[in-house]
Amino acid sequence: MPPLVFANDAPTAAERLKDASGVALIALLLGIPMIGLTTADQGGSLQVLTRWPLLAAFIAASFCGRLVVRYLLDALKRRRQAQDRQAGATAAKETRRGGRMLESIGWLAFGLALVLPIVFSDNRYVVDTATTVLIYVMLGWGLNVVVGLAGLLDLGHVAFYAVGAYAYALLSTQFGWGFWAALPVAGIIAGVFGLALGWPSLRLRGDYLAIVTLGFGEIIRVVLINWTDFSGGPNGISSIPRPTFFGLPFVPSSDNPTFATYFGLEFSPMHRIIFLYYVILVLSLLTNVLVKRLRRLPIGRAWEAVREDEIACKALGMNVTNAKLSAFALGAMLGGVAGVFFAARQGFISPESFTFNESAIILAIVVLGGMGSQLGVVLASVVLVLLPELGRDFAEYRMLLFGAAMILIMVWRPGGILSHREPTLRLSPEGGRRE
Amino acid sequence: MALALQQLINGLTLGAVYGLIAIGYTMVYGIIGMINFAHGDIYMVSAFIAVTGFTLLAAFGVSSVPFALVVVLIVAVLFTSVYGWAVERLAYRPLRGSTRLAPLISAIGMSIFLQNMVQLTQGARVKPIPPMLTGGIDIYETAEFTVRIAYSQMLIVLVTVGLMIGFSWLITRTSFGRQQRACEQDRTMTALLGINVDRTISLTFMLGAALAAVAGVMVTVYYGVVDFYIGFVAGIKAFTAAVLGGVGSLPGAMLGGLIIGLIEAFWSSYLSAEYKDVATFSILILVLMFRPSGLLGRPEVEKV
Repeated sequence: MPPLVFANDAPTAAERLKDASGVALIALLLGIPMIGLTTADQGGSLQVLTRWPLLAAFIAASFCGRLVVRYLLDALKRRRQAQDRQAGATAAKETRRGGRMLESIGWLAFGLALVLPIVFSDNRYVVDTATTVLIYVMLGWGLNVVVGLAGLLDLGHVAFYAVGAYAYALLSTQFGWGFWAALPVAGIIAGVFGLALGWPSLRLRGDYLAIVTLGFGEIIRVVLINWTDFSGGPNGISSIPRPTFFGLPFVPSSDNPTFATYFGLEFSPMHRIIFLYYVILVLSLLTNVLVKRLRRLPIGRAWEAVREDEIACKALGMNVTNAKLSAFALGAMLGGVAGVFFAARQGFISPESFTFNESAIILAIVVLGGMGSQLGVVLASVVLVLLPELGRDFAEYRMLLFGAAMILIMVWRPGGILSHREPTLRLSPEGGRRE
Repeated sequence: MALALQQLINGLTLGAVYGLIAIGYTMVYGIIGMINFAHGDIYMVSAFIAVTGFTLLAAFGVSSVPFALVVVLIVAVLFTSVYGWAVERLAYRPLRGSTRLAPLISAIGMSIFLQNMVQLTQGARVKPIPPMLTGGIDIYETAEFTVRIAYSQMLIVLVTVGLMIGFSWLITRTSFGRQQRACEQDRTMTALLGINVDRTISLTFMLGAALAAVAGVMVTVYYGVVDFYIGFVAGIKAFTAAVLGGVGSLPGAMLGGLIIGLIEAFWSSYLSAEYKDVATFSILILVLMFRPSGLLGRPEVEKV
């Protein structure tokens, strides 16, 4: 039991050093087997390599880091205590102003997204990367319904993404369906998978859902790899038809009118790239509007109520299972739609694209962006997609950083970086005026 | 017949390993009511420590297999317990009393972190070690098939049985065991009675990590290859074992582990080896549907 100290009493320098030394000792013990020692394959057998300088650096960093962090935390605590005394009646007003600011940032981002392909109309790389960002935005918004609004941890979101992608790939290559016809159908198929999976597991405690979805993600992947007749196995499915512009294909030349000939333009492969960009932009904006509207409907309120207190919801006679199931199925459906787009854009899919890592990235986007915050998801997607593009080092450390960031954010701001969640209902101080 | 006997032996070996990992899940779940997603990765860390340990001992010219085993077991258990402690301290303790979702997300973050840390520091390649415990006892011979218990399998089963006896004694007879069970029942009341709840939870994590460490060393000896991804699948399977046996029940975890191991062994030899993981996960979903409290667990009543 540590001795009782007054909150204002800062620890002495000796105490700080002792504390940091303890951390350094733990760092030493953690570091020896993983950083200090490693094995490498040399001439057919493993040899032990040592990296003592690196270990020393790690320990020194832990020691200094602990000193600094401890000091900052203490300072922060003291300031917060001082602030708490002058209790903030200003909080409500701040919330509203913050909300307005976020909304204008959202519109700004929307405007930027609209003009981006026009500005970079000759830069394929930029538009391609932006399309990837938007796919993740869409996946993030889909998962946000499940994790952010309904408070259910879905660790296998990529499974629904895969279901959508394979549904489109099979419908188009086997049955000759077009992109636009397959889009809703594949979405519904993914939604049905969500229902089938959610029905048994959602009646149980939340933790079980996490592990069941994790397992389901693996099942889908294993089935896709091994059921060769159905999915092409590890080779995947190739030559998936691309989306057309109201029936006009994006090809250099053909007997039928193409996009370029119809509009009297010279053929350019950029047309398709830009078209795809706008398709995913529209899809994700539709998702955004849908989710925003749903949040104001009774079902959306029910999701957030279930997230906040399930027992209270039950006591009020709500059908908690239905609320959860609808959120889960909607999330699955949106994931499936994103999958259709992914398949159509790549023209080739294989089980490689649907590993657990992908689920982890989508979850990281939602968590880092702030669960329930739509704009946060956009920011997080931009960061997560651009980070590996900056260089190989970033790509290597990406998942490591995500993992660490997920822990830090949960500890520091469980709501996420943009945890600014607009309440859908608020008591109005001006007396009953509806907002 | 001979094949079935062989698969029984293989399944029991596999089941013992799953059971050892499952106990870590079930204990942590019992005491703080959360799934420790990073537990599978703790087991993976231990397997890597074992690879390094065995290679290091071989480099120093240690040729006695029992000596090497004992040394590596002790070293792996010690280091892995520190990992268990650190995981709890960094990712879970600050979140005690937070929302239900927060510790789950930080647990999955910890799992991703550990996996990638090992990938970066130890390399992404599969690590093979030379076979150490070769040979075995032929117990049944027919014209085309010989049923054999490998020495490594005997080792795994014996060590697991020994650990189970020691562990049951620890939980049911010692002061720590009583504190641990008290924390499971009511943490606030336990704290009021002057028991250091934080310390008990930390020790529980270390104990779970120690058992996972033993499983990690055993698997390294048994299969001879290790990579940074083994924790993921083993973790899910061990969790399935814990759910099957009844989350929170220690004998249940062991029983669940054995059942999962047997199902996997028989499924892969009689039905299809490719779909053995699918079989396990389907069992998980079926158990959750029809008997969510597991074979030996008590039904959970949620109180306000």
